[in-house]
Amino acid sequence: MSNGVTTRTAGHETRVPGRVPLRVGRFSTVWRLPPVVVVAVGAVGVVLAGAAVLTVGDYPVGFADVFAALVGASDRATAVIVLDLRLPEVLTGILVGAALSLAGALTQTIARNPLASPDITGITQGASAAALIAIVLGVPSGGLAGALVLPLAALVGGLGAGLLVVALAWRNGLESQRLVLVGVGVSFGLTAVVSYLLAVARIEQASQAKVWITGSLTGRGWEHVIPVGIALVVLVPTVLLASGGLGALQFGDDTARGLGVPVERARTTMLVMAAALAAVATAAAGPIEFVALVAPQVALRLTRSARPPLIASMVVGALLVVVADLVARTLLSGIGTPVGVVTAVLGGPFLLYLITRGRRETAR
Amino acid sequence: MSTTSTGPEPGTRPRRSLRSRRAGLVLALLAAVLVAVVLSLAVGSLVIPPGRVLEALLHPAASGDADVVRSLRVPRTLLGLVVGAALGVAGALAQGFTRNPLADPGLLGITSGAAFLVVLAIFLGGVASFAGYIWFALAGAALAGVLVFLLGASGRAGGTPVTLALAGAALSAVLLGLTTAVVLSDQTTLDQYRFWSVGSLSGRAADTLIPVLFVVVPGLLLALATAPGLNALALGDDVARSLGVPVGAIRIVGLVAITLLAGGATAAAGPIAFVGLVVPHVVRAVTGPDYRWLLPCAALAGMVLILVADVVGRVVAPPGELQVGVVLAVVGAPFFVALVRRRRLAAA
Repeated sequence: MSNGVTTRTAGHETRVPGRVPLRVGRFSTVWRLPPVVVVAVGAVGVVLAGAAVLTVGDYPVGFADVFAALVGASDRATAVIVLDLRLPEVLTGILVGAALSLAGALTQTIARNPLASPDITGITQGASAAALIAIVLGVPSGGLAGALVLPLAALVGGLGAGLLVVALAWRNGLESQRLVLVGVGVSFGLTAVVSYLLAVARIEQASQAKVWITGSLTGRGWEHVIPVGIALVVLVPTVLLASGGLGALQFGDDTARGLGVPVERARTTMLVMAAALAAVATAAAGPIEFVALVAPQVALRLTRSARPPLIASMVVGALLVVVADLVARTLLSGIGTPVGVVTAVLGGPFLLYLITRGRRETAR
Repeated sequence: MSTTSTGPEPGTRPRRSLRSRRAGLVLALLAAVLVAVVLSLAVGSLVIPPGRVLEALLHPAASGDADVVRSLRVPRTLLGLVVGAALGVAGALAQGFTRNPLADPGLLGITSGAAFLVVLAIFLGGVASFAGYIWFALAGAALAGVLVFLLGASGRAGGTPVTLALAGAALSAVLLGLTTAVVLSDQTTLDQYRFWSVGSLSGRAADTLIPVLFVVVPGLLLALATAPGLNALALGDDVARSLGVPVGAIRIVGLVAITLLAGGATAAAGPIAFVGLVVPHVVRAVTGPDYRWLLPCAALAGMVLILVADVVGRVVAPPGELQVGVVLAVVGAPFFVALVRRRRLAAA
């Protein structure tokens, strides 16, 4: 709990020894070193790994040339390769990783269940199903039409699935367990829609669709970066400003209500935000597997927090996707492995390592 | 969250009413299994009246319709019964041991372990029959089960429900990632793997029924043996320990049972996801959280669900068939959502 450190009663301030409070206006938190270190180290890692991705490919570019291209002091060919082709892919990876991971941190917190990621609660499947419908109806996945229509369809599908889950789970309020289970049901139904569409589609559409639903950064351009960027610029501050009551939700609905948190409203707001983030991310890069589940749990263990930390989760998610992208482009470059495969194979063992050396845990 | 409408505690509601509801559920499920078996024997691209079915079963010499019943539908129905019971019980156990309502055998990594070894067998060994897949699937399930338990239990405090669930989810993601990597790198492997991975009862019963029985039956017995211990574990590890329950041993037995059941079912019919997750929730709404009732009822409900889905799959898309897995998701998902909405859920 972040805001239980000091209590102010009539101008009198009680301090807990050894804890330094940080306050800006209505917002307060406690100074703790681990989250700051994780965010700082993670951000440096994202920049380094991102720069490394910019150097590799069919046409290798040195670090110095990459830097020159970024500041606009390189020859025309290098600038095209670095700025127009590779930079959008790297930025898409970073932004998508951050958005998925934040969405996962939110759903895990409001459901109080580490397994409750947007993949499990139907949001990702909604986005996939809608995009597949578009592909089966004849929208090509490449070109300008694909770049505009597919993300839009995925966005509508993901948000629609999120709202459907809330609407179906609402019954005199929004109980977290019912929310998650309804999400699982909706997600199963949508998965069936996806496999049905894959089966009925013509073979060339089916292979297009297969590539799309595996999650890939290949061929992503600025038209993919900008929507995710705008969404993050709008949604991240909103989430952070509205996240004050999240800590109280950890204690259970009754306690949270007793502490003055409007439980249903907080939960609905956060779920809609998570749905928006996951839908935008899926629209840009397809459903990159496992990031939303693993990154918040890794961040939680690295920062030793009581619940998935929002900012640290974003950094860890971005780092996971960028490093996976780097591995896919270097070690596995011959096979053409989609980044979604690598995030699972990289993130899984790391989470397992953290679990095996972790301290005793209680359900969170 | 914590309010349950069907607690086992004496005093929360009249004892007789709970007991009679449970007995009623068992009877209703037994009747439903019977109906489902008859349907499964009679319905298909060739509809055979129940009277002729009975005749075919009683008089081995008859031919024509009788041959269809005996050589195709009887093994398929038996396989459905075995797989349904195994998945239902495995799901209930998985939810009980992880204390997580989202847990199912797939989430513990067992299904993906089976899938990964099957893919390796196809890719490296050129194995190409259901009779061959079954041993690799069983080995993969067993390896994944052992690995999940070692990883989940090797934290400083030993395995807790949360570490077990997370270790399973992480391992399952890794194995699925590796499976996808192999499948994407080799088209012929993908082509064969697709047939195994759809999750279906058709065309596999003759090869897989007998070996699977040797795995599933011990699994069911072990599962029933853990039921009283699971009831105590639901109160939390510390309370269970102070009640004299050997917590660590019960967890090991439970995980062995889950591995046998889910591994056997996956080896026989391919990965079928919905049953293990949904059946325990449906059953728990009537029986309450007492695993001595929950496990047998989950077995019966699993049988009904699989057989009915299989029968529906045979008739909805003539002349072809829809696989059990697909039918389950299409029919089961709305039903599950309606159930979750209507009832106050008993806590897992």
